[in-house]
Amino acid sequence: MTDRVLPRRNESVFLRNENLIYPVLAFLLIFFVCPIVWFFIKSALDYDGSFALKLYQTFTSPLFIAVTWKTVWISLLVTILALLAAYPIAYSLTRAGPLSFTLIIICVIVPYFTSIIVRTYSWMIILGTHGVINRLLISVGIIDKPITLIYNMVGVVIGMTYVLLPYFVLTLYSAMKSIDPWLIQAGRSMGASNSYVFRKVFLPLSVPGIISGFLIVYILAIGFFITPALMGGPNNVMMAMLIQRNIEITMDWALASALSLFLLFITLIIYAFYCKYTDLDKMLGQ
Amino acid sequence: MNKRIKFVNILSAILCLILIAPILIVVIVSFGKSSYMIFPPSSFSTKWYLDFFSSPDWMGSLVTSLIIGLVSSLIATTLGFLGAYSLVRGTYRNKKLLISFCLLPLIIPSIITAVALYFASVPLDLVGSKLWIAICHAALSIPVVLLILISSLQGVDQSIERAAYGLGASKFYTFTRIVIPLAAPGILSAAFFSFLTSFDELIISLFLSGVSSQTLPVRIWNSLLMDMEPVIAAISSFLILLTIVLLLLELAARRLRT
Repeated sequence: MTDRVLPRRNESVFLRNENLIYPVLAFLLIFFVCPIVWFFIKSALDYDGSFALKLYQTFTSPLFIAVTWKTVWISLLVTILALLAAYPIAYSLTRAGPLSFTLIIICVIVPYFTSIIVRTYSWMIILGTHGVINRLLISVGIIDKPITLIYNMVGVVIGMTYVLLPYFVLTLYSAMKSIDPWLIQAGRSMGASNSYVFRKVFLPLSVPGIISGFLIVYILAIGFFITPALMGGPNNVMMAMLIQRNIEITMDWALASALSLFLLFITLIIYAFYCKYTDLDKMLGQ
Repeated sequence: MNKRIKFVNILSAILCLILIAPILIVVIVSFGKSSYMIFPPSSFSTKWYLDFFSSPDWMGSLVTSLIIGLVSSLIATTLGFLGAYSLVRGTYRNKKLLISFCLLPLIIPSIITAVALYFASVPLDLVGSKLWIAICHAALSIPVVLLILISSLQGVDQSIERAAYGLGASKFYTFTRIVIPLAAPGILSAAFFSFLTSFDELIISLFLSGVSSQTLPVRIWNSLLMDMEPVIAAISSFLILLTIVLLLLELAARRLRT
């Protein structure tokens, strides 16, 4: 009895752990990958051979270049602003006591899980002509008539930064949490000041978190649709909106697919970097 | 030296206030009486809530959203659980690549997924089908389910499974009687969050809903583009409340686990 090894029975091959992944892979393949691949193949076929030309025409059109440029830099601005706001929050989370930790995490998690359209709507109320900000500024006497904070660039940037901020906070926090507190302690005990320890120990150690947060938020920003569509003006069209307009309004499937292909391409490149820099294996405890 | 810490604390307190303020403002505004959304409201009433709950259109959309959310959560949680178990317990040569692939629905901009699905749905006559929207939402929720269940299954002691297996239980029996009960709180949170993912999803629903299956977010979207009906504030508050209730239930489920 004592030298008995674990029994090996003839279990069905379907019950091997590795095979349990197939249903989910098959599902994603059928309902996610196939439609996307089919969409691009079909649009290429429909223009039998001239799809390349269509792509070329699209990618050199002034509208495309303007929209791409706008998307790239609005997203960059939003990502930088989100980083600047997320860093102090995440940093406070790592050093907070139980009560302030709970309070901060509530302020991050509740917006994070609230639907994007609701969050956008609330900023439309706040920034509108008769919104909180305008009324406050008027009552204080800084301005005497309402300023336009919505349906322009300001609205888009504020709205997007707000929506994306919780993603950045959570990514940064999970990276900062894994920084060994003893390293900070060691620096402190050797006589370094708080700010010195922060600059020379904590900040450099949090760089991987900054990079993965930056990449993930940037990916989300360039594909963003709801907030810029509701809060932007006619001059703030971003890539995702242009795709939607080409389907719903002009029915230009070829242009929509060319734009989608381009957006997909950028997204996958940034995602490849993200996967390279982020420890996905650590997530699996390896 | 301590001044800097105090500065950081004050700064993050302000930032947290900015994070939570819009949520609170919507809730307060929803109780306002005038049809202009003004904060703070001059007088209060609950008439927008009555409008919401007595409107057959809005209630129809709510039911549609609930049905789609439940079905898609069921699909995503079932498939995602098997996948997460496989990823945690199985041995793969290229696990990282596999996970990167499974997270794609979260990464690829929804607009691309939505347009591609719409493109496929038109010839197949699937636009407006609730089941079809639920299936498409499930694909979107699978990454969420996987992320939650991978971390939750790592906390389940593998030796218990080995013991059951060693004592003669079949693999299937071990799976249904040991693994699933032990992972139950994680499964529950995965189900909640995949429900929420589908319930809040707008872009795919926007393309696939047609006239017959308008979900709540789609109806809100149409209203915001047209005339911003004041009832939206009440609906938004209702959605916020629902989110908070789900978060609290999830927290309770997690307490159960420990």
